[in-house]
Amino acid sequence: MKFIELKNVNKTYSTGVTALADLSVEIEKGEFVFVIGHTASGKSTFIKMLYREEKPTKGSVIVGGVNVAKLRNRKVYKLRRKIGVVFQDFKLLPKLTVYENVAFALECLGLKAKDIKPKVMKAIEIVGLKEKTRSFPHQLSGGEQQRVCIARAIVNEPKLLICDEPTGNLDPETSKEIMKVISNINKDLKTTVIMATHDKEIVNRMKKRVLLIEHGVLTGDYLKGSYKSHENV
Amino acid sequence: MKMFRIIGRSIRDAFKSVFRNFSLSMASILCATITLLVVGISLIIAGNIDNATKSLEKELNIVVYLDKSATEYDAMELKSKIEAIANVEKVEYKSKESWKSEMSEYNPSFGTVFENYEDNPLLDSFVVTVNNSKSLDKVTKQIRELELIESANYGEDTVNTMVSVFDVVKKTTIVVLIALIFVTAFLISNTIKLTIYSRRSEIEIMRLVGGSNAAIKLPFVFEGFVIGLLGSIIPIIVIVYGYIIAFERLDGHIITDIIKLISPYNFVFIIAGIIALLGALIGMFGSLRAVRKYLKV
Repeated sequence: MKFIELKNVNKTYSTGVTALADLSVEIEKGEFVFVIGHTASGKSTFIKMLYREEKPTKGSVIVGGVNVAKLRNRKVYKLRRKIGVVFQDFKLLPKLTVYENVAFALECLGLKAKDIKPKVMKAIEIVGLKEKTRSFPHQLSGGEQQRVCIARAIVNEPKLLICDEPTGNLDPETSKEIMKVISNINKDLKTTVIMATHDKEIVNRMKKRVLLIEHGVLTGDYLKGSYKSHENV
Repeated sequence: MKMFRIIGRSIRDAFKSVFRNFSLSMASILCATITLLVVGISLIIAGNIDNATKSLEKELNIVVYLDKSATEYDAMELKSKIEAIANVEKVEYKSKESWKSEMSEYNPSFGTVFENYEDNPLLDSFVVTVNNSKSLDKVTKQIRELELIESANYGEDTVNTMVSVFDVVKKTTIVVLIALIFVTAFLISNTIKLTIYSRRSEIEIMRLVGGSNAAIKLPFVFEGFVIGLLGSIIPIIVIVYGYIIAFERLDGHIITDIIKLISPYNFVFIIAGIIALLGALIGMFGSLRAVRKYLKV
């Protein structure tokens, strides 16, 4: 069985808008996949379905052997513990330090304090923020804040890292650094990465698998894809 | 073990976050303070109204006069018959002789009048106390049915009006008190909801990193508890000292000597306990209600 498997997924919102129509796709363990498309093309819905922020109207979404579509509300947290999510707007807690923000994820899981520290320090080291553990988010640059968000996403060693426009708020130089961090996590920790993005340069340079979603339909699946093959997006 | 760790952390975080979000917590605490103060004062008033009506009701009793022909033996027999009637608490016998000497003592001119009579013109009597003022009428009627009874009265119309007025007053105080507690619960929980609204991103992140519902709710529930408890401090101080001082200044009664205030010791501490408990519970449930709204899952 594939690590991620979407079969005939449909999503229609209560407003009547169809976000995804009959979408089927398979993703292997350890893959690095870009999801591209216009704004409102359905790529955000696709991403949100993977961590069960949205439920499909029809079809099945299987992540790591679990049918997310049929997962009970009370059990959703168990799925989320296996997934790390990186956001465009970082979603850091402003009143917590870098260390506390990363440790927060583990504290929610009820880990022992002595187990939390080494894990947090390791995650912070991976994203290269060892010198800033005691800083507060407002004392950091955008790129540094995104690193904290990545550290928080990987601190529990998830099998899947979902990135929703992680470089959307960053300048090209910082974006490159962030992509390097994410790429290393994919290579070194064998974490599957699925990333929604608008950043042409990144997609073209990385030469990874690309899924193109247009008007809720998967119109392209390129193994070593780039934006060049569909310049109109 | 894991659950204990989560509870321990939740308590720690609750205190931390009350101080970290001080201005918002302060708004919730102040809201709790004001509303709990109103509830506390109402509790004091309601308690005293209840006490006053109860003690006034205790003063209500039936005066029974026996027939002139009744002997002392008859009187004793009648006494035990009356005692057997439902709701009768106490029957006090007062012979005509003791009436005579009491009246003569009260005013010597009565004594002079009594001397003109060969026999004692007064009647033997019972003062019957009932345990429930509503049963006065029924008991009186039952007594009248007995033999050798000259009359049995309890002041009918006046007492009936009084009893129904007391009833209305008591019921109104209970309704007002319950309404007030609801309003308090609504106000406090809404203020806490505002506090939590400003921290919905925190809840969202907790959900996304895989915090279970219990782990997300707990810190907020404890925080509500702390806010409610902190909010009850000032009302408790004001009520405890306020009532003790008022009691001493008023000499333990209000308006007339008949309406006695409840003695402050024990009473104020019970009220203080109720206020603290109300504050803490309303805080907890208010928070829970608000977090649920943002939990979605």
